[in-house]
Amino acid sequence: MISIHPTNTPTTSSSILEVSELCVTFQVRGTEAVRAVDGVSFTVRPGETLGVVGESGSGKSVTSLAILGLLPKRGVKVSGSIRLDGKELLDAPEKELQAIRGRRAAMVFQDPMTSLNPVLTIGRQITEVLLRHKVCTMADAPQRAADLLDRVGIPEPRRRLGNYPHQLSGGMRQRVMIAMALACEPAVLIADEPTTALDVTIQAQVLELLKELVAGSDTALVLITHDLGVVAGMCNRVHVMYNGRIVESGERHVLFAHPRHHYTRGLLGSVPRLDMVGSALTPIPGSPRDTIAWSEGCSFAPRCGAVTETCLGAAPSLEPTEEGCLVRCVNPATHEQSLWGGR
Amino acid sequence: MATVQEHLQSLMGARAVESTGSSLGREAFRRLRANRIAVIGASIMLFFVVVAILAPWLAPHDPRVNTWFDQIRPASIPGPSGDHWFGLDESGRDELSRIIFGARSSLVIGIVSLAIGAVFGLLLGVLAGGLGGRIDALIMRVTDVLLAVPSLLLALSVAAVMGQSRTAVMVAVAVPNVPLFARLLRSSMLAERQKDYVSAAVSVGIPRRRLVLGHILPNSVGPMIVQGTLALATAVIDAAALSFLGLGSADPTVPEWGRMLANAQKYTNVAPHLAIFPGVVIMITALGFNLFGEALREALDPKLRR
Repeated sequence: MISIHPTNTPTTSSSILEVSELCVTFQVRGTEAVRAVDGVSFTVRPGETLGVVGESGSGKSVTSLAILGLLPKRGVKVSGSIRLDGKELLDAPEKELQAIRGRRAAMVFQDPMTSLNPVLTIGRQITEVLLRHKVCTMADAPQRAADLLDRVGIPEPRRRLGNYPHQLSGGMRQRVMIAMALACEPAVLIADEPTTALDVTIQAQVLELLKELVAGSDTALVLITHDLGVVAGMCNRVHVMYNGRIVESGERHVLFAHPRHHYTRGLLGSVPRLDMVGSALTPIPGSPRDTIAWSEGCSFAPRCGAVTETCLGAAPSLEPTEEGCLVRCVNPATHEQSLWGGR
Repeated sequence: MATVQEHLQSLMGARAVESTGSSLGREAFRRLRANRIAVIGASIMLFFVVVAILAPWLAPHDPRVNTWFDQIRPASIPGPSGDHWFGLDESGRDELSRIIFGARSSLVIGIVSLAIGAVFGLLLGVLAGGLGGRIDALIMRVTDVLLAVPSLLLALSVAAVMGQSRTAVMVAVAVPNVPLFARLLRSSMLAERQKDYVSAAVSVGIPRRRLVLGHILPNSVGPMIVQGTLALATAVIDAAALSFLGLGSADPTVPEWGRMLANAQKYTNVAPHLAIFPGVVIMITALGFNLFGEALREALDPKLRR
């Protein structure tokens, strides 16, 4: 029996964000077009946390920028469909997108050191969002902003409102960014590697904060990361991306217990484990540049340990597995094969 | 234990208070004060401004009256003396008083023309950098044309069209500044537009006009402020140059450094002091503005901040 996973049916009534067949192509005049995102489909349900995992260049950031319509207009072609609250965003006029950004969908960026405007106080930057979307009146705005800072764990929020970004540490700035993104209680919060630029101890705090803030609210969190540990700790469902396509997706527990795609297995195998101290890590050979076009077969084939003749010729399709996941591999690993094969 | 804790608290409290309320402007000011070159430049600027304001009280004599005309001979014009520190000019007027009063018109011309140039440059720069596309291309081609003409020639033609008046001089000096300011602002706005905080502002729904005027522009004006102080020095010199070429204000009783220098060339053999004093004063003013401008650039440079 094949159980159909919700990701397979993009028109689930309960989903808040539906991305289907999203393609993003970068074309600089005189050079070959680069397809950064190649037919990505997924749905986000209210209140859930969705992880998108992949190496640099796998298209995860571009996907998130495309959802909010933040990609530059020139030299970029976006096709497919992105529906938020059932409304198509790809052909929506800029004015409508402006009303949606921050109100229904918001984003936390990677580097908090550069994502806040250096010449405006943080109070000003937060109240601006509140007033822009008419969440509260001019008179209430400072109080609302202070409440938001309090919620993201910034001590003495009232006084901090008058601070400039350069007076705050990296972790504090990321908290401010989160406060800004959550100011209007959006339906979808996209966090694009929100902790990459932070210290390890601060990373844990910020992730914990994100987890607390979305728990018990209707806000869905799309967490984009290359850190499987982060995904394991927070996400309900996981999509693994490679070279612009989703190669494996499913419930977190199932996917981590029975990874079928050799890329996912490679990622898991290269994570240091406390219970295997002393043994060498198993890296994925090669680099993300060692790839072939999906039209010529599986992009991961040049780096895959289990590559066969059948991997080449045509792109493998995303097939359901008996565990209820989806995997894009003609030759998926079986349960019996150990993840840490060589050891 | 308790006392140690209290002590720590008080120490931390003091630091916490210190860390708030220092805006970027205040920080730049603090750094300017610590910079000796900036202090020297600012002192020179302030000195001339005070001189210009207090001219009627500072000047030892009336600059318009040729009281000592009887001392002027074709072969000799009295140089510096106890009564007249800077000597007499060719019409028997006190040179020091004329220089003191000259600070008024020269500084006013410099500052007003700079303001005109900066305002129009700002408008064009914001339009070009904020809107982009065809408007940007159009504005940039116009500035290309203006920049292709040597600035003094451009100023001369404006002055020639507008006739001899102080307004004409101000506009003439301002016009060559407009394309400079516009280009400078546009380029720094283009650089700012690429930054993360702009995408972040877009991602929370800030509309474009607010984005350009409230976020990108305040981050882009730094180089313009610096260019402004540098251009002020050039404006004083340009105004002097226009007067020197005979296109200055038509009223000969209003002393002006540039025209004093221009008139002096007829008497360089007999009275070199008539050329030296206005020349030195123009040089020192320009130096003051330049020093301050350089220091301001350093103070506002984000790479040196913190």
